[in-house]
Amino acid sequence: MSVLLALDIGLAFLVFAVAAWTVFAPGGFAATVGYVVYGLLLSLVWIRLFAVDVALTEAAIGSGVTGVLLIGAAARLRGAEATAREGLTGLTRLFIAGLCLLVAGALAAVVLLLPDEGPTLAPQSMQSLPETGLGNPVTAVLIAYRSFDTMLEKVVLVLAVVGVWSLAADRFWGGGPGEARAERPEPTLAFFAQVLVPIGILVGVHVFWVGADEPGGAFQGGAILAAMWIIVMMARLTEAPQTSAFWLRAALIAGPAVFLAVGVAGAAVAGGYFAYPPGLAKPLILFIETFMTFTIAVTLAMLVAGPPRREPRR
Amino acid sequence: MTFVLEVFSIAAIGAGVLFFLAGTAGLLRFPDALSRLHALTKADNLGLGLIVLGLLPRAESLLDALRLVAIWALVQLAGATAAQLIGRAVRRKGSAA
Amino acid sequence: MTSATLAGLVGAALVGLGLYGVIADPQLLRKILAFNLIGSGVFLVFGIVARKGAAAGLSADPVPQAMVITGIVVAFAASAIAVALTLRLSEETGATTLPPDALARPPGEGADAE
Repeated sequence: MSVLLALDIGLAFLVFAVAAWTVFAPGGFAATVGYVVYGLLLSLVWIRLFAVDVALTEAAIGSGVTGVLLIGAAARLRGAEATAREGLTGLTRLFIAGLCLLVAGALAAVVLLLPDEGPTLAPQSMQSLPETGLGNPVTAVLIAYRSFDTMLEKVVLVLAVVGVWSLAADRFWGGGPGEARAERPEPTLAFFAQVLVPIGILVGVHVFWVGADEPGGAFQGGAILAAMWIIVMMARLTEAPQTSAFWLRAALIAGPAVFLAVGVAGAAVAGGYFAYPPGLAKPLILFIETFMTFTIAVTLAMLVAGPPRREPRR
Repeated sequence: MTFVLEVFSIAAIGAGVLFFLAGTAGLLRFPDALSRLHALTKADNLGLGLIVLGLLPRAESLLDALRLVAIWALVQLAGATAAQLIGRAVRRKGSAA
Repeated sequence: MTSATLAGLVGAALVGLGLYGVIADPQLLRKILAFNLIGSGVFLVFGIVARKGAAAGLSADPVPQAMVITGIVVAFAASAIAVALTLRLSEETGATTLPPDALARPPGEGADAE
């Protein structure tokens, strides 16, 4: 048994154990903390699968931003949880557990019966990579080969923001989420925000820019930028903008709008929807990705901030 | 990499892992939140510092080495802030946080 | 037993765990956590498919990786809406679980009872 295999087995057990803690933990807050730890361990598993872009995304979005969202919710729901009833009897739980075991067993059988060498699109991806001017095949798949999917995903994010904002009470419509700016923000968080955020913005832009040739990209960089904005809002050095603000709404649709515009223009200029003219591919891709990163940062931060809870100001 | 650097690297990483083990043992065995916090922060900062020190000879360039040190500094910043906030919350709510 | 097969098996186990959490736990926040577990388990099964597609100098097929990245972002968007709904429900009714007999009422009675 090699060292790497021992590491893999240990990591697999750890991931499963932390996930079981998340499901069976006694309180909502403990379960949420377990989920954040689970997400970070999952990033390690992704690195062992040689999918570094996915590991970055899982650490940034799957564990990081989702963790902030869930911890905020768990903290706010703490009081109401105590009054909940018990639920199901032991026999029902056993029955449910048996059925879930069947589902897991079926999936495990599928995994074990997979052939050693599967069908793959890696040769085709590498073949067309020089034309796009990119060095990272995952970025090429996201922005060049399957760009329509990515644009629709940005639209899904906009729909999510619309859904979250529509849950505001009538009197808060058009107001801002979160709490107002504090006159004397808490010193620890304020110091943390003032030191970390400039560095974080630099790291976020770097991860986005470097994604063209190395692991990274718009989603990971955008998530880091969103995290920096969330930290500043948590420290109450600034307040979340009013949802009726024009610049906020423009920022939210800038990404998919620019993507759609370039894609439709491709029909006139490059001979097909979402096709890039040869030679201009890399500048266009970076142009689209810049707006995408900006929109992702604003969208993720607004999704974490939640529906408006302050009265709108004129 | 020369033999001396290899031995130094393994020794530093091993010492860092020992510190992480000690911190985890403290997390599991200490009675209340504040002492667990103490064990965690000491172990994480020093343990990570030793591991980074052990990885420095293996870095591919000066820029990589600087990145490793920057990671250690950022983790210290985040760990110190979190420890302050948790300590304040524990003191406010008593030890039953 | 390669690392990819291990990851796939862990993914299958996570789907089973998450399914149990979604069905058996009445608390809405725990259902959201378990739903995220199911999602990441499915992504791990994607990961083993990607790893087995290693070819042409790459260590993993990039197309499933891109799909997983898209999936992680969409799962976060779904979690955000679910959390907002849960918080709103808790603000309005003070409960963090859905009323259990909402589906047990016969269809005719609902309109009269409102």
